[in-house]
Amino acid sequence: MKVTITVNGTTHESDVEPRTLLVQYVRESLGLTGTNIGCDTSSCGACSLHLNGESVKSCTVLAVQADGGTVTTIEGLAKDGVMHPMQQAFMENHGLQCGYCTPGMVMAAIGLLNENPSPTEEQVRIGLEGNLCRCTGYHNIVKSVLACANNK
Amino acid sequence: MIPAPFDYKRASSAAEAISLVSEYGEDAKFLAGGHSLLPLMKLRLAQPAVLIDIARIQDLSYIRDAGDHIAIGALTRHMDVEKSPILAEHAPLLSFAASHVGDPQVRHRGTIGGSIAHADSASDLPATTLALGATYVVQGPNGTREIAAADFYIGFLESALAPDEMLTEIRVPKMNGATWGFQKFNRRAQDWAIVGVAAWKRGTESGVGLVNMGSVPVLATSVAKAIAGGASISDAAKLAGAEAEPQSDLNASAQYRVHLAEVLVRRALESTSK
Repeated sequence: MKVTITVNGTTHESDVEPRTLLVQYVRESLGLTGTNIGCDTSSCGACSLHLNGESVKSCTVLAVQADGGTVTTIEGLAKDGVMHPMQQAFMENHGLQCGYCTPGMVMAAIGLLNENPSPTEEQVRIGLEGNLCRCTGYHNIVKSVLACANNK
Repeated sequence: MIPAPFDYKRASSAAEAISLVSEYGEDAKFLAGGHSLLPLMKLRLAQPAVLIDIARIQDLSYIRDAGDHIAIGALTRHMDVEKSPILAEHAPLLSFAASHVGDPQVRHRGTIGGSIAHADSASDLPATTLALGATYVVQGPNGTREIAAADFYIGFLESALAPDEMLTEIRVPKMNGATWGFQKFNRRAQDWAIVGVAAWKRGTESGVGLVNMGSVPVLATSVAKAIAGGASISDAAKLAGAEAEPQSDLNASAQYRVHLAEVLVRRALESTSK
């Protein structure tokens, strides 16, 4: 089936099988491998990206469902070599250890601040409940998100 | 994991969706947010030959004040139920329960109608709408009919919906100042409830729904009857398991689930959740 999806500002017209997952589409059709696949069952959040401005788990969305939509992946955040403030905050606060959950964490965290620009620590923890860090590095992840919110 | 191959059809109206499902019959499934169906398809627990995507039907996503009840379009997403000012005023138990479904990413995609039509007794919204005495409006080839939530759930993942019918609207009676509580007992933030309780009380009137206490969502009518008869909340809560037939699994034994239900019903009826 023909789909038209704008990813990180570029509009792509692609022919996909209906069963193609959105995460497969961005990774394999477009080569944007920054979005990771973790649990593949919509539990861990590693595959989080933005669809039409909201965080979603792209392992549980079909590419055909995103037809006509706008997608932002982790690759689409930096502008002209300057990192997004959330990426910068993760770097400055050591918000990652192995890094596997990081793209999903960053996308979920940006989505969280879009909906609640000044969250409390508890609201950050609850807002990121859909993203798991197997290194259990939550403390610095929460610190990063709060730092980004406070720098705005 | 990738689902088995299927044909993909897109409906732009409820009538078109019903005409498509009438054509393909039991081989077809409706796709709304996909957050119950797609995981089952990826695990090969469901292998529909045809998916009918109803998510683009514009006029089935709404929350309206309809006098004595609030009318909610079946395609309204959990996030919109959670943030609705109309529901916050007239059915806060439902918006609070919706804020506990999955996680934010799931709530951006999943819909109230999808959750109810999927009829999973472990989901939060079937039991919550059951507690609130909701009515479901379904549309089929011969028009619409209303099904009381209490008559809707007939077995494990099985509802009173005919294969060629689609859930279109959920009607939730206004709570009119009732106190309410929602208790979800789980071990990790985003998990399904091991046991959940949605309850409201207004004088001697009350409604109590139980999550994951059997193959269908449970209406704890014995608790409501006891309260109507003047029993204290703590005495009435001891009857929480009367209508339930919970299963034992890795998370909890059936006996422990009954204990949890009694405790959580008491807590839910005693105070309003925040």
